[in-house]
Amino acid sequence: MTNPPVSSREYLKPPITEVGVIGWLRGNLFNSWYNSLLTVVVLILLWQLVPPFFRWAFIDSVWNTPAEACRDIDGACWSIIPRNISFILFGFFPDGEQWRPGLAMALMLGLVIFSRNRKHWKKSLGIYWSIGLIAMGTLMYGGVFGMQVVETARWSGLPLTFMLALFGMVAAYPLGVFLALGRQSRMPAIKTLCVVYIEMIRGVPLISLLFMSSVMFPLFLPEGVTIDKVLRAQVAIILFTAAYIAEVVRGGLQAMPRGQFEAADSIGLNYNQTMRLIILPQALKIVIPPSVGILLSAFKDTSLVVIIALYDVLKTTKVTLSNPKWTGYSTEAYIFLAVLYFICCYAMSNYSRKLEKELHTGR
Amino acid sequence: MNSKDINSIADTDLRPSTVPFWRDPDKRAIVFQVVALLLVAFVSYYLFSNTQANLERQSIATGFGFMEKEAGFEIGESVVEYSAADTYADALLVGALNTIKVSFIGIILTTILGTIIGISRLSSNWLLSKLAAGYIELMQNIPILLQLFFWYAIFYESFPSPRQALNPFGGVFLCNRGLIFGVPEAHAAHAAMGWAFVIALAVGWGLNRWGRQRQARTGQMFPAVRVTLALAVVLPLLAWFAYGAPTAMDIPELRGFNFKGGVTVSPEFSALLLGLVLYTAAFVAEIVRAGIQSVGRGQVEAAMAVGLRPGQVLHLVILPQALRVIIPPLTSQMLNLTKNSSLAIAIGYADFVAVTNTTINQTGQAIEGVALIMLVYLFFSLSTSVFMNWYNKKMALVER
Repeated sequence: MTNPPVSSREYLKPPITEVGVIGWLRGNLFNSWYNSLLTVVVLILLWQLVPPFFRWAFIDSVWNTPAEACRDIDGACWSIIPRNISFILFGFFPDGEQWRPGLAMALMLGLVIFSRNRKHWKKSLGIYWSIGLIAMGTLMYGGVFGMQVVETARWSGLPLTFMLALFGMVAAYPLGVFLALGRQSRMPAIKTLCVVYIEMIRGVPLISLLFMSSVMFPLFLPEGVTIDKVLRAQVAIILFTAAYIAEVVRGGLQAMPRGQFEAADSIGLNYNQTMRLIILPQALKIVIPPSVGILLSAFKDTSLVVIIALYDVLKTTKVTLSNPKWTGYSTEAYIFLAVLYFICCYAMSNYSRKLEKELHTGR
Repeated sequence: MNSKDINSIADTDLRPSTVPFWRDPDKRAIVFQVVALLLVAFVSYYLFSNTQANLERQSIATGFGFMEKEAGFEIGESVVEYSAADTYADALLVGALNTIKVSFIGIILTTILGTIIGISRLSSNWLLSKLAAGYIELMQNIPILLQLFFWYAIFYESFPSPRQALNPFGGVFLCNRGLIFGVPEAHAAHAAMGWAFVIALAVGWGLNRWGRQRQARTGQMFPAVRVTLALAVVLPLLAWFAYGAPTAMDIPELRGFNFKGGVTVSPEFSALLLGLVLYTAAFVAEIVRAGIQSVGRGQVEAAMAVGLRPGQVLHLVILPQALRVIIPPLTSQMLNLTKNSSLAIAIGYADFVAVTNTTINQTGQAIEGVALIMLVYLFFSLSTSVFMNWYNKKMALVER
């Protein structure tokens, strides 16, 4: 009996059905009879759905025509977007001044992109953001450098959406941290207050808080005092978001081992010092990824202000659709908005996942 | 020094006898809490007195007396009999029932769809898994309100009028008046079938208990689930035959501009249900996926090594452990669905919030109205947490 020469075994290629495209197909789509069946059924379904949609959206569609040209086509009338883009994005902001919210949003986008990099997470980042927020506020409100004053009642569209989400998060975070600390407190009265607040807010829908801000809150104020409608909705969003942040932060606090508290006690730190120097820096680091998740849902939830008639980007779209010229193209307009929201939210959720991986390195 | 001396030293309070109260944590805590409570009381009193003054000036009566008055508005759809001549209390009840209706159906459909998508996400079929992943990303990253508007617009703008209604299956019509389908004509057999089903479930529950006790005693297993499923099919069928097997159907027919007969599901309800189910199912899918993945591979391998069949592995090893991880976040998603159903107001479905809003606009009773909304939803969420606590206690790992 002779063994085959070693070299011939080495050069034996794997069968063609195990590598390359065919191998991949066999391994991932047709590896058993029911998987093959499933693949075929899914492909048939896709064939039923995708080509007609593609035809509607790209082949039979028009992209930049007057409304009249849309009446006698079968496809999508994307013209509604470019023809109304300045109203959808900026709402009632005066026509000649729309570069201001545009610039403010560009500034915000720049700051967000700058903050993505963890190397920039220093004290200076806070300063940049403060400067940026003041600059954005000035750009929006005007009144200096010869810019016309624009009242908050005319702030609408995308800048309003971003503002409600951003300030909602920035103001809610400290409040949420205090609520979480209060909930962990050994003082019964403080603990009860915080628990009641958190559980109550988390138990009701945001819409009830928005109603509270729009129909109930004016009754709380002394005669003659009125607070701006946008501000009231903003406060409702802050109060709502804070309860959710409190629960996330509590998770971080509970994840702290007892040894950390005991070590802080043994070197003689008081409560404030323990929290500020030992516990919170570690606990908050753990909860960064879920916090981005909260920012994400706060961003999505800002769309609810439509119901109390604030002109966020969803409301401006609806107003556009109620114009008789453009009635009937809701699908196109909503798809455009969905893409807009999707880009923002997907970037956030992706970032949150990336952070989770990066920060998962032990404390 | 003997032991007595040491004890006496330990007993002596080493702190100086007069500690200023701001250095004593216990006393400081009391002061702090009293200040906090006073602050809350003061703010509440301030708001309360303002409110009283405002209400008096606008001459709005406080209290729930308005509930007895005639509502005077119609409600599009209702589970119970309702007309504009009924009281506000009746209208609010109709709203609450509508909320419960859409949430209940939504929860069942979401659980089914979410489980299917979650399992598809884990499928070894690349195409299916990627499609499920795409679905989850797409749905989670678009606000629910926008999705509701979208489905509502599809119903109103893209579906034809009743005369050109789409007819995908026999007896089912889809048009801008909603979804209309045929149902079996009312017959005494249906009640009997319902009872037969309930009896089958009760017997199945008893069999399950008996089977488990017998297994504990003798080690023999009893296929309680399969027997129950068989009973749940066979008993109602027997009842149906016993009543002479009625097959008459109430098929909708086009009369004039609308359909007569059958059951009509309004576009508002359909859009709300569709939006809520598709949105929440994406979150449920992620929960199901995480739950199944949380069961270690070793568990499955060990189960196979002791000779369990694949069905038994799923039933006895994977599911009990995965459900422990799945149920708590699942209940919170169900609660989210119920809370999100309050967005019905945006597309004109008469849920509790929408009816309360109409009531507030008509009577000016803003405080009572918002308080009612909060109370109803708090009731839902508190009862859910009671259930959760019970479940967690029942399912907690018994550690030795």
